[in-house]
Amino acid sequence: MTVAISSTLGDTVLYELTAVTKRYTQRRKQVDALAGIDLTIDEGEFLAIQGSTGSGKTTLLQMLGAMDRPTSGSLLFEGRDLAKLGESDLTELRSHSFGFIFQAFNLIPTLTAQENVETALVPWHVNAKERRGRAAEALDGVGLADRARHIPSELSGGEQQRVAIARALVRAPRVIFADEPSGNLDERTRDDIIGLLEELWRERGQTLIVVTHDTWVAGRASRRIWLDAGRLEAPPMGDRPGAEATVAPVPEPALQA
Amino acid sequence: MFFTYIYRELRRRHRQALLTALGLAVGVGLVVAVTAYASGVSDAQDTVLHSLYGVGTDITVSQTQKLDQAGPPRFDMNPGGQDRQGKAFSRDAVRSAPGQKSLSASKVTSVESLGGVAQAVGGLTLTSIHVSGNFAEAFSQGGAQPPSGGSSNGSMPAPSASQAPIKVTSYSIAGVDVGQTGLGPLSSTELVSGRTFTSAETSTKVAVLDKAYARQNNYGLGDTIKVCGAKYTVIGLVTSAAGSSSGSNVYIPLTLAQKMSDNVGKVNQIYVRASSANDIVAVKKEIKTVLPKATVTTAQDLAGQVSGSLKSASQLADTLGKWLAIAALIAAFAVASLLTVSAVSRRVREFGTLKALGWKSRRVVGQVMGESVVQGVLGGILGVVIGVVGARLIAHFSPVLRATVGQTATAGGPGGFAPPGMRAAVGQAAQTVAVHLTAPVSIQLVLLAAGLALLGGILAGAVGGWRAARLRPADALRRVD
Repeated sequence: MTVAISSTLGDTVLYELTAVTKRYTQRRKQVDALAGIDLTIDEGEFLAIQGSTGSGKTTLLQMLGAMDRPTSGSLLFEGRDLAKLGESDLTELRSHSFGFIFQAFNLIPTLTAQENVETALVPWHVNAKERRGRAAEALDGVGLADRARHIPSELSGGEQQRVAIARALVRAPRVIFADEPSGNLDERTRDDIIGLLEELWRERGQTLIVVTHDTWVAGRASRRIWLDAGRLEAPPMGDRPGAEATVAPVPEPALQA
Repeated sequence: MFFTYIYRELRRRHRQALLTALGLAVGVGLVVAVTAYASGVSDAQDTVLHSLYGVGTDITVSQTQKLDQAGPPRFDMNPGGQDRQGKAFSRDAVRSAPGQKSLSASKVTSVESLGGVAQAVGGLTLTSIHVSGNFAEAFSQGGAQPPSGGSSNGSMPAPSASQAPIKVTSYSIAGVDVGQTGLGPLSSTELVSGRTFTSAETSTKVAVLDKAYARQNNYGLGDTIKVCGAKYTVIGLVTSAAGSSSGSNVYIPLTLAQKMSDNVGKVNQIYVRASSANDIVAVKKEIKTVLPKATVTTAQDLAGQVSGSLKSASQLADTLGKWLAIAALIAAFAVASLLTVSAVSRRVREFGTLKALGWKSRRVVGQVMGESVVQGVLGGILGVVIGVVGARLIAHFSPVLRATVGQTATAGGPGGFAPPGMRAAVGQAAQTVAVHLTAPVSIQLVLLAAGLALLGGILAGAVGGWRAARLRPADALRRVD
């Protein structure tokens, strides 16, 4: 069924990456985290970015999520080149179009579950009543309505990640980014969380981009890409249990734009 | 959200927050205590100068007489013939205060017409010397028989080998311009009972007495005293400030004082009030031009002569206290800033996450700033408490301070009678005044303290905020913990 959905969503191009590179300078040593990425992502895709540690998958997520700008190349999101946008435009974009889920949950430790979800609405300057209402709704959506007044340390890992998902979803973003969302969870909770994400993706039709090295998680995606040393690679042999139509075996054709 | 977040964060790290606030409080409290102490010392100096000089008097003008011109006080007393032997005598002599040359009253007007002078008032300070005793009996042994009604103000036996004791008493008289009692000899005193002169009493025989002098001689309100043979009604009692003996003993209308001492139209002291404290130096120069031979003394000149423990206290406040407070304040600011920066550094991922969520840098900095300002306010409140308590302790435990003015005592007046009223201004003798140190905490000082603590909070918040502003949204993905 994953196949069926993804194949119907090929119409709108959301991202178009051309020769995207990212170079970091660490202790006078230059590291090419991304060494020329060409990639197209359609709206509504569930894309899994796979790769070993240091392959540049998190860096790619940062570029896509407007957290950082590429060193060179063009990165079009809905036709706007993120490489050329200013800091405030990127901030605006993050607050209106994107939702983020982190491996370590990244909840504010002093705030309750409810308040943590509300932080996502702070940049919108909505009034307190509406903010609370929407946050409560989002918490209810992840099945945590009864835990709203608990602070993160009083919640289990799975519950914390659910709060984080509610925080990402409360703004109904165009794209949800998840960086190793199950990396800090045990297997059962992982199944829960990934199941929840998948369910929400299917219900809402939002684009979901997940960075993971977990084959099981990646297996749920509508498309998988592999990164190695900052480049897109063909899927390693034996990585996939079976041939999936959603997997792009080679990078999207370059020089489209 | 803003306040909830601040409250929750500060509650989580309440120890550190309290430490920061306490650091600011100690710094600010020290500033309050030291400032209160310094203003207490300054008040004490004012008290001293007031008692020596008079409130509202900025400058005094007098003219010193050369000693050889003045000569010792003489009495028109001729032991004369044998027929007076054994008889009692009693004589009064009233003269201008020794060493003081009289000035024409017109000089008062010319001083008053100078630019920068608000008011000038003349005063005449006199010394009354009363001698009584028996004329020596020829060839008789001294029948010591002190005359009745003699004052006990100070008696001394005649220096010569006279057969009979002679009693000499002296007291000081100040002639007061009754139209302008706010400035002049009476301005350094405080009315205790009765009243002072009215402007109509230019020639009325009324007197105001120094309370201590009145008590010594059993004078009270409404009593009649004899000055230079004339009867005066006592209408008021005054005390010299700080209980010093710098005032005169008896105050009478100026016109009468001039008449009794053959000084009609003359004064020996001009009291000047400047229009503004800034003008004093200029006015002093002007007076010097008009009266080149006059001694012109300002309160500053007098303050420069103040020595003793009061001076040490003022130096302590000026040097050690000031620097200690500044050092403590800088240390408190530095500690607050460092603690705030370290708190921000521990929250790199937290702030990175907020930025990833689309929080503007300004909003994140505002949060850090808000937390810091709350600490500053807390520190301000605690600091005022510490400062006030500190000031109270200083006032409670501080010893009585002593100030000595005019230690460079020149020769006393002829005959050893240095008129108390003139000592300080003329610098003829050292005078010591004891004052209690207070450490007043004014509203302005409290506001200053609160402002300083707030400034410390803002400064720390700015430093921490600067650190927070440099964080990137990508810091949310840092794998720390």
